[in-house]
Amino acid sequence: MTTLPTGPAIGGGAEVELRPCGRDAVLAEVADSAAARSLAAHVRASGVAVTEVVPGARTVLLDGVGDRERLDGVLRSWRPDVGEIAGELVEVPVVYDGADLADVAARWGTDEEGVVARHTATEFVSAFCGFAPGFAYLAGLPEADAVPRLASPRPRVPAGAVALAGTWCGVYPSASPGGWRLLGRTDLVLWDPDRDPPALLAPGTRVRFRAV
Amino acid sequence: MVLTVVRAGPLTLVQDRGRTGLAHLGVPRAGPLDRPAAELANRLVGNGPDAALLEVTGGGLELVSDAGVWVAVTGAEVEVDVDGAGRGLHRAERLPAGSLLRLGAPVRGLRSFVAVAGGVDVPAVLGSRSTDTLAWVGPPRVLDGATLPVGVPQGPPEAVDAPRLPRPGRLRVRPGPRADWFGSDALRRLCQAAYVVGADSNRVGLRLEGPALERVRTEELPSEGVVLGAVQVPPNGQPVVFLADHPPTGGYPVLAVVHPDDLWQCGQARPGETLRFVTGA
Repeated sequence: MTTLPTGPAIGGGAEVELRPCGRDAVLAEVADSAAARSLAAHVRASGVAVTEVVPGARTVLLDGVGDRERLDGVLRSWRPDVGEIAGELVEVPVVYDGADLADVAARWGTDEEGVVARHTATEFVSAFCGFAPGFAYLAGLPEADAVPRLASPRPRVPAGAVALAGTWCGVYPSASPGGWRLLGRTDLVLWDPDRDPPALLAPGTRVRFRAV
Repeated sequence: MVLTVVRAGPLTLVQDRGRTGLAHLGVPRAGPLDRPAAELANRLVGNGPDAALLEVTGGGLELVSDAGVWVAVTGAEVEVDVDGAGRGLHRAERLPAGSLLRLGAPVRGLRSFVAVAGGVDVPAVLGSRSTDTLAWVGPPRVLDGATLPVGVPQGPPEAVDAPRLPRPGRLRVRPGPRADWFGSDALRRLCQAAYVVGADSNRVGLRLEGPALERVRTEELPSEGVVLGAVQVPPNGQPVVFLADHPPTGGYPVLAVVHPDDLWQCGQARPGETLRFVTGA
């Protein structure tokens, strides 16, 4: 593992740890998902030659690296204190009738209206996509509101289901098996290959849910 | 002109070089599982490297062209015939109008590549004519009775001296991002044992069975980006090599990464066969 200091750390000791990833890639590990989003945006903006920039929960995978030395320079010039990149805001209308609404209410020590109020008051941000095309992991819930996944996943969660797992919120782009706790559903099309970009909630997008 | 697929066999897909730059949206790369064989097939019929061709898993393909066309079959060792007359592998062959091209079952290897001069010209999805079988992005799976448009031939077929295909050997691996989660001698342990290809292997991953690879760090791994060829180790300790349709992010630690030039062997490995790893290059 190489530890790459990112220059004069403002706000204390922030650094990127580079983990080897075969011949053509490197995994940059940072403090949290906000730092990963920031680093991913920084690498993209730099124009350095890479095929894929894939933010994760606290990493950025840089695959198809053309010039490793230049990439190292770009990583060094990143400052984690530049703050959140304000992405586009998408409002997601939700019918809050999910099968796990009462369960989440009990875990949060409130009632169903309380869950809706808390969920719609939170500004989420798309941290990364995975699981399925267009499935965005939305960060924003505090650690205290984390909910465990279902012990046994449902065989079929319908497209548009709005759900929670851990501190993540997600909206299923298509019907699939799923172990997240269902709060409600939306009619928004999360994934459309004929749209550019095809994912409605690409990493960096800010998201607000609205009860309808 | 069009190809009509009389029989598609167990699994036939249209593939080109795949989709890049969309992993952060959750879209797999796809592309042929034996890249050198696919590239050779395209070269043999005079296609450029971006042309789409057929990836045929387990043989059994039968197709007819409505016009005379050059074709080439590469990859797995299969019998190829045109109207019952045997034809060669790894060379350009003329398929007359109305004649039936037929692939037998593979004797060695698993995946054949059938290139046609001009390329398979189905509509691209997100910039590629590849089908990924994880999310089914791309052209539909090729089924019995399918008609496939063919593009305009780009150049003459390659007459002789086809470049030699790579030979199988040990799979070279380099350290993956979480090699340290498995202890200091983990790569050595991976390379000491023989691993048997599991029956549930597919285009997403090659599932291997052998000595369990134990972790020294057992905490949950937050989801992170995963590369093609990653050797991911789930809690049961049995490694999975991520192939072209792998999910762009994963939650299990990656011990090693297979050298890109050796990955084609994973695409040709049949269930029950043995693979070995070696560290280096």
